[in-house]
Amino acid sequence: MTALAIENLSKNFGGVTALSGVSLEIGIGERRVLLGPNGAGKTTLFHAISGNVMPSSGRISLFGQDITRLKPDRRARLGLARTFQITNLFPRLTVLDSVLLAVGGANGRPIRLLRPMSSYHGLYDEAHRLLDQWGLAGTARRVVRNLSYGEQRQLELVLALAGEPRLLLLDEPTAGLSPGETSRVVAMVQRLRRDMTILMIEHDMDVAFELADRIAVMHQGRLIAEGDEAAIRANRQVTEIYLGTE
Amino acid sequence: MTGRVGSFAASVVALALLLALPQFLRQYYLGLATRMLIFALFAMSLDLLLGYAGLASLGHAAYFGVAAYTIALLILRAHLGSGIAFPAALVAATAIGALFAPLALRARGSYFLMITFALAQVVWSVAFGWRSLTNGDDGMPGVPRPNFGWSLDSTQSFYYFVLAIVGLAALLLLAIVKSPFGRALRGIRESESRMQALGYNVWRYQFVAFVLAAAFAGLAGALYAYFNRFVGPEYLFVIQSAEALIMVILGGAGTLIGPAIGAAVIVFLEDFVSSMTQHWVMVLGIIYVLVTLFARHGLIGLIVDYRQRRSEP
Repeated sequence: MTALAIENLSKNFGGVTALSGVSLEIGIGERRVLLGPNGAGKTTLFHAISGNVMPSSGRISLFGQDITRLKPDRRARLGLARTFQITNLFPRLTVLDSVLLAVGGANGRPIRLLRPMSSYHGLYDEAHRLLDQWGLAGTARRVVRNLSYGEQRQLELVLALAGEPRLLLLDEPTAGLSPGETSRVVAMVQRLRRDMTILMIEHDMDVAFELADRIAVMHQGRLIAEGDEAAIRANRQVTEIYLGTE
Repeated sequence: MTGRVGSFAASVVALALLLALPQFLRQYYLGLATRMLIFALFAMSLDLLLGYAGLASLGHAAYFGVAAYTIALLILRAHLGSGIAFPAALVAATAIGALFAPLALRARGSYFLMITFALAQVVWSVAFGWRSLTNGDDGMPGVPRPNFGWSLDSTQSFYYFVLAIVGLAALLLLAIVKSPFGRALRGIRESESRMQALGYNVWRYQFVAFVLAAAFAGLAGALYAYFNRFVGPEYLFVIQSAEALIMVILGGAGTLIGPAIGAAVIVFLEDFVSSMTQHWVMVLGIIYVLVTLFARHGLIGLIVDYRQRRSEP
């Protein structure tokens, strides 16, 4: 069984083809990086996998289950988590409250109306454990919009990890970070459980080759190459359109 | 910690004050205080939607008015008692909420505002136009107050009746906003797509918030029908919805207590200004502009800001 199987996926926005017959399989526990120039369709592919965009045709299955038409929250409850390219947090909530929402969310429990949140000690324990584990304990009481950009990117990752996902989608997790912050995020990803499958968009070549088991390259809505670092570096088409600038 | 002790002490003082109010207020002002309580509940119900779920409704009068009309129609036309009419009013408001929610929740932002506004105007036009049933714009006078063993005809006893119900409803609303559900609503207000990515069925949360807000608005409307012993189409009119929005924003959205204070201030000002000029709505507009310019987080926000400035020199 594969973690994620994409078959012949296409997406048109009006007359614009964002994805064109993309097929991709990712094994359980694999770390796959998606490369490609701007406008190659990487983020559209992510949105299609997470359910934020409905594909025009094709099929997506998550751990053998067809999820092509499922809403994003259903996919999340099946073990899919994602970060967003443009930081998507809760600006006016505290870090702790944000993580509490993340911990309480992915299990799809029924709506609980009357018992105060503060009586759910298990959720608090888990939230504090996550903040400790990922080095954000010192920020627990701070309001998210007052965090530095680097801290916000880290929180973005912690929120995605809170539900113990089986498949994690990371959309440019190091974009806009300083070299120091980038290496912190890389270290975070390397510390994740090895059975967690990760699909990641990354523009930084060093980061990409450091984290990836395999790499897939997209160009103009198509998947044009797949393979390990050596294969990608040796691929002439990839060198022309993407690495040619080096 | 001191903040928690402080707000507990403030609630005890406020409760004592509310309980003692009939001892030192003349009948007219006790009536005004009753109206403040009813509109405090109305504003708090809207706050659940606007302040917590982040959905600005310009049709909240629909649920308020539907409950009020249900009481008047069942008692005056169907000759039923309040034992049936009162619960039926709550059911009617909740049902209208459950009917309107799926329509309104198709849109967000100003489109949500316009849909809720349009739906409420439909209800208003029924009350206004169906003269044979509702007396149109003459309204329906002579709604008797309920008598659950003791009479609520005196200003004083009705005040205590309203205080008890509004107090219980406020406690219930407080419990709701502190529950995981209330926390999730705030998350949805901040980012729907993030909450979805975390596995929350956002629509279901918004639907429940919408229906709960309608139910509590209905409770306020039912009390108001008894208070005035009258219902009229203005209960359902857009001015009523807009006033509720201004109460919430004036007091401070997303705090419950803020909108309650906002309601008290607006009800008092309306009474005060109307005794001097007919142009209350214009004065209301000026207040709204001033608040959005100078107190963006409402009256409660002014207090919080002042406290923060004192504690962090």
